[in-house]
Amino acid sequence: MAANEEEAVKYVWEGAIPLQIHLHKSEVASHPAPPPALVLAPRIGYLPLLVPLIKPYFKDSLPPGEDSIWFDYKGFPLKWYIPTGVLFDLICAEPERPWNLTIHFRGYPSNVLIPCEGEDSVKWNFVNSLKEAAYIINGNCKNVMNMSQSDQEDLWTSVMNGDLESYTRLLPKLKMGNIEDEFSRKANLSSPQSRQGGTETDVAGQVKTARIPVRLYVRSVNKDFENLEDVPEIDTWDEISYLNRPVEFLREEGKCFTLRDAIESLLPEYSGDRAQTSGEEEADGSQETRGEVKLVRIQGIEVRLEIPFSWVVNNLMNPEF
Amino acid sequence: MDSAGEVVVNDGKITHEGFTVAARAFSDKWKRHNLSLPPWSWVPLINRTLLKKEEGYLSLEKIIILTSLEESAEEESLDVTAGWSEKEEADDDHTVLVVQNVEDEAHYYDYHIVYSASYMVPMLYFRGYSSDGKPLSLDVIKRDLPSSSVSLLLESKWTFITQEEHPYLNRPWFKLHPCGTEEWIKLLSESSSLNDCRMPIELYLVSWFSVVGQVVGLKIPHEMLI
Repeated sequence: MAANEEEAVKYVWEGAIPLQIHLHKSEVASHPAPPPALVLAPRIGYLPLLVPLIKPYFKDSLPPGEDSIWFDYKGFPLKWYIPTGVLFDLICAEPERPWNLTIHFRGYPSNVLIPCEGEDSVKWNFVNSLKEAAYIINGNCKNVMNMSQSDQEDLWTSVMNGDLESYTRLLPKLKMGNIEDEFSRKANLSSPQSRQGGTETDVAGQVKTARIPVRLYVRSVNKDFENLEDVPEIDTWDEISYLNRPVEFLREEGKCFTLRDAIESLLPEYSGDRAQTSGEEEADGSQETRGEVKLVRIQGIEVRLEIPFSWVVNNLMNPEF
Repeated sequence: MDSAGEVVVNDGKITHEGFTVAARAFSDKWKRHNLSLPPWSWVPLINRTLLKKEEGYLSLEKIIILTSLEESAEEESLDVTAGWSEKEEADDDHTVLVVQNVEDEAHYYDYHIVYSASYMVPMLYFRGYSSDGKPLSLDVIKRDLPSSSVSLLLESKWTFITQEEHPYLNRPWFKLHPCGTEEWIKLLSESSSLNDCRMPIELYLVSWFSVVGQVVGLKIPHEMLI
């Protein structure tokens, strides 16, 4: 049992997306123009963290001035605080490999994107998301606040480096609550399998309901489409609905709370039959047509809706929960 | 217990439905008692019908603050020909918004009260911009705030202002950090009610804003708290 779980998580952490980064032509100050940089980006990572890898390719070509780095995809500026994998799943209906992105070192669109000061901004965003998740799961952020500075640093470093071993080792220090139900394949010694009447022994002390932090990105397409290739490209972020709200996980005896249930609780007007989800706890990319959920992607996988939500959560979630 | 008339839960938090009710009550009271400022409007999230209930946020926009006179403790009323006239008299302290029709010195502010499903409390988002639409930096905004609140910001542990993306508008705004909100709401409710420590939901946002608004220089007249 446990081996299966570990495998899934390992798979998730090792997920990566090949990127082909082009320097924006307005910033090419050398002749000939530099070729694009090829980078393998971890799914659970963030674009600004790749800059140290990318910059050496282009630094000789840049016009003079200070750097303010940002990325775009076909003119569509990318929000740097969204994990790379989620961006890819959301923006590329039909996965593009390698994913062609443009990097800019000048002209930061600060009317659209919040500022990014490199790794510090990304780390701050990570810790904040962690606090928010902790608040949702445990009812307070104490577990994050009480973590020592060096432990927090180590946790962040393990994520930044994609080091699952260190992360797993540090997790108990975080003391985040757990999500269990009898349909989850995870064997846990401390809390008994939930049966009626028993109180759950998770940290929050909730009896039958748990709150799971979920971030759902929904892309609605007006036209019907057969193939993913026919999906029109995104122009602005306004086309994407962002839901940052917890899913109330109802543990009912004998009934399994599936991914479909979770999605329907977030988007009650879309109760279609077809949905595929792949899961990450904190971030999904989802595409929909009219009243129907066409596709749900988590960690790049199209996951079937019938899968127990707790499995999805425990195995496919992002490091910041 | 989940009807619209529910009282606020003891721990200072509020549900989404509760927020909608409280918001309506808040904007009604504001309209009635705060005639010097424009009313709040409720912006529904219509193109995203979430959770079948009407969801949205409160918006108060285009409040003009004149920069140079902000520090003064005088109470003046000035006539404004175009646009709004905002004049607020405070009895005790001297938080005054004074408006003059001098466009190049005027700073415009938008305020949105948005519900956070994660923290189950409201949050204040705001931004400032000059008359040409250029956004103001936090340093400039701080100079527009009443001097008392600047020290409040710096000393207190719970009023952090961070620059984040507006949850619905895809633009950078400033947000007042929610951490600790439920604690002082709890304190407020304990002292205000007669019978038990609960607060009627209609007063939730009023109480909340009586504290939060001060940080950004928007005061609530006492009548609203009744």
